[in-house]
Amino acid sequence: MSFFIETLVGGLLAGVMYSLVAIGFVLVFKASGVFNFAQGSMVLCAALTFVTLRDKGIDFWLAALITLAVMVLIAIAVERVVLRPLVNRPQITLFMATLGVSFVIEGLAQIVMGASVHELDLGIVDTPIEIGGVQVSQFDLIAAGTAGILVVALSIFFNKTRVGIALRAIADDPQAALSIGIRLQTLWQIVWGVAGFVSLVAGLLWGARQGVQFALTLVVLKALPVLIIGGFTSITGAIVGGLIVGAGDSLAEIYLGSLLGGSVSTWFSYVLAVAFLLIRPAGLFGEAPIERI
Amino acid sequence: MSTIGTEAIEGFNPSHETVQSTRDRLRAGSVVVLLAALAGIPLVANDYWLNAVLIPFLIMSLTALGLNLLMGYAGQASLGSGGFMSVGAYATYNLLLRLPELPLPVSLLLGGIISGLVGVIAGLPSLRIKGFYLVASTLATQFLLEWLFNQYGWFSNYSTSSSISAPRLAFLGHDLSSPTGRYLLTLTTVVVVTAVAARLARSQTGRAWMAIRDMDTAASVIGVPVSAGKLKAFFVSSLVIGIAGALWAFAYLGTVDARSFNLDRSFQVMFAIIIGGMGSISGNFLGAAFMIFVPILLDHFGGGVFGGAVDPGQLENFQKALFGALIVWFLIKEPRGLAALLSRAWTRLASRINR
Amino acid sequence: MSGPILQLRDVSLSFQGIKALNALSFEVARGEICALIGPNGAGKSSLLNIINGVYRADSGSVTFNGEQFIRIRPAHAAHLGVGRTFQHNALFRHLSVLDNVLAGLIRHSRTTLLEHAFGVGRDRRETREFKRRADEIIAFLDLTRHRDTVVATLPYGVQKRVDLARALVGRPSLLLLDEPMAGMNQDEKHEMSRLILETNASLGTTIVLIEHDMSVVMGLSHHVVVLDYGRKVGDGSPEEVRKNPDVIAAYLGTAH
Repeated sequence: MSFFIETLVGGLLAGVMYSLVAIGFVLVFKASGVFNFAQGSMVLCAALTFVTLRDKGIDFWLAALITLAVMVLIAIAVERVVLRPLVNRPQITLFMATLGVSFVIEGLAQIVMGASVHELDLGIVDTPIEIGGVQVSQFDLIAAGTAGILVVALSIFFNKTRVGIALRAIADDPQAALSIGIRLQTLWQIVWGVAGFVSLVAGLLWGARQGVQFALTLVVLKALPVLIIGGFTSITGAIVGGLIVGAGDSLAEIYLGSLLGGSVSTWFSYVLAVAFLLIRPAGLFGEAPIERI
Repeated sequence: MSTIGTEAIEGFNPSHETVQSTRDRLRAGSVVVLLAALAGIPLVANDYWLNAVLIPFLIMSLTALGLNLLMGYAGQASLGSGGFMSVGAYATYNLLLRLPELPLPVSLLLGGIISGLVGVIAGLPSLRIKGFYLVASTLATQFLLEWLFNQYGWFSNYSTSSSISAPRLAFLGHDLSSPTGRYLLTLTTVVVVTAVAARLARSQTGRAWMAIRDMDTAASVIGVPVSAGKLKAFFVSSLVIGIAGALWAFAYLGTVDARSFNLDRSFQVMFAIIIGGMGSISGNFLGAAFMIFVPILLDHFGGGVFGGAVDPGQLENFQKALFGALIVWFLIKEPRGLAALLSRAWTRLASRINR
Repeated sequence: MSGPILQLRDVSLSFQGIKALNALSFEVARGEICALIGPNGAGKSSLLNIINGVYRADSGSVTFNGEQFIRIRPAHAAHLGVGRTFQHNALFRHLSVLDNVLAGLIRHSRTTLLEHAFGVGRDRRETREFKRRADEIIAFLDLTRHRDTVVATLPYGVQKRVDLARALVGRPSLLLLDEPMAGMNQDEKHEMSRLILETNASLGTTIVLIEHDMSVVMGLSHHVVVLDYGRKVGDGSPEEVRKNPDVIAAYLGTAH
């Protein structure tokens, strides 16, 4: 039983990290209706930039600040160069464009900063600690805590501020959002900027966990089922979806993997997501659009 | 009112129809010349050209054709192409291995049909979801298939390494394992499948697909069988991709290796049709040529441009960024791809001839 | 067959708690032209969407040709002979006029995928036959000179006629027209009215249409149903409806 709980807790903690990446998607999706496949390469780019700066002996906070500036610049550039000319085109076209963007970011980031695996030390010791008879990784606990704080902060930001209210309004009616007094393009840039910031935090946490390397871009593939389960338009959905995928993956690896012969986590969350899609196409917390003809 | 403008111009231009028919003749002529050239190539080309350039180009064209039927014609986006290629490859491998009395074309076709049936199952979610939700569900197929062929030894005849060597290729007593033999096998298959697919695309089936793509609600309201149309698209698409996968394994690599049918392959195929032109038959060949030739060119001339030795990893990164940028450029500037650019060039040439 | 071709009984529909249709009942007689009028948001398009199964009514029933449905699927409705045009452009925009019209015949096809792929069996004959029928309708609606043009490049008024051709080619017994004259100038409206009358007279098609222009409605229809906020406020001949005080208050009285 305690083994089950340990697996579950480990999975849930990993799930919070998935949620963190998924929230970046939700923000961009709500603001511009784009499923931003490049979110994964932004995570890699953030982590690579930060590590490269640290290797040059730059102070932790300064490095974080510069990385943040780089991410916001990339986000604004993507919004201007790629998304603005594609406005009013089908969603799937926008999706494919962000696929192209992810290749550009990955290619350029690795040309400039190299493709070798970097160690990233955030100064968090990773010794397992025992809570109520259950072994928990201290790093995962801190990472999940950080992600949790960020999630709460973002929820407050998007529920209480003018930007957040405008953001919720444009999902229903772009004209109404304009009446709040924020230009749509400004709003998009703010949101993409915040998405860049989320990438930075996710990049640091994931980078410290697995090393900064190309495989970081794969978190996008983990975040996709999270979004499908939670719904593309809900921050709450991203959190719950992340927890479900995290817990589902690690439980499936142990219990289903032993039946089928391992590595089921490569596909389990996707099959789970498809099952959710067929039962509830808009996700747990998403809103189903009304088809008008 | 630009629409009325073009209409007026067409009305005032009596030679418009002659230009169009000249263009169609030019196009048809160029296809004949191209086919003759492709058939004659083994007489002049060396093995490197056949093995490393033409065979992968032809197979990539066929794969792109398969995805284009699904995505460009029926409007159902998929990132499962790599998975369907692997189904075709493993199915054909097992047919050649376990039923050696079947002639090679039959094994290839059956392998394709098995892949098509897997495609129908993978296409079932398309009856309820669309857009990138569907992309996500095809990713599930991709990952599940990759895992399946890695996990269960039966598919690879319990070979100890993850790659298995292909059985000898022969048809009607002719050995096809030489580069020329493999090239001609590939060329014949590609020409036959393309001809059938092109006919299908112009038929009622193709019309139903395009109706579903352009406006699925209206299609169902006027009585187009939308669900059946989508599943047929998945079947035909996966069948073609499956045959391409078998050729990739047997005629190109000489081995069946699940790793060569991973998600990157699916991306490559999708990029080929975006660059070549969605909803166009010739676009598949243009896009495939682009995806195969550009890396080779970069490889050859990269050294000169960057001055001496270039890290192959850097070249790969550069290629990646270049392809990504091109995808974005095409989506913004020319969503109908190289095929549309070429079609305009033919029209210009035709009107020059007619002048 | 006798009796009304279409009968709606107590049909209600709501979106996220907002009632779009409220216990609506009316009948459409065989062979008539019936107009649905009412201010924007009165639930007219929703009503058409229920008749051919795009939406599902929360309660009530639809009887078509004596068969009663709680829920009908769009494809099934098309097979039973319900044709439909759309308020907003819903043509297959990358296809030619001919291909759009041919798509309206797909449900009558008896050929299979294999016949299409190899051009064998009944495929060639059916293709010829369908082209003939499509060309007939294209000529009837005066679209012959646009036959091979991609519809997205055609003027709006012409696109509306293509939409009608696509619905008509399958010879529906009931044709639903959602604002067939929206965005047209007076000449185009006149032409479209003529085509609708001719369709009704020469093909015997029963027509239910939504239209805002009162002069068009009064000149065209045999029967008018007036909706306001999802309720029926008038039902009768154009003359009766014009005199009905409730209708005048709800709709005709307001400046339109």
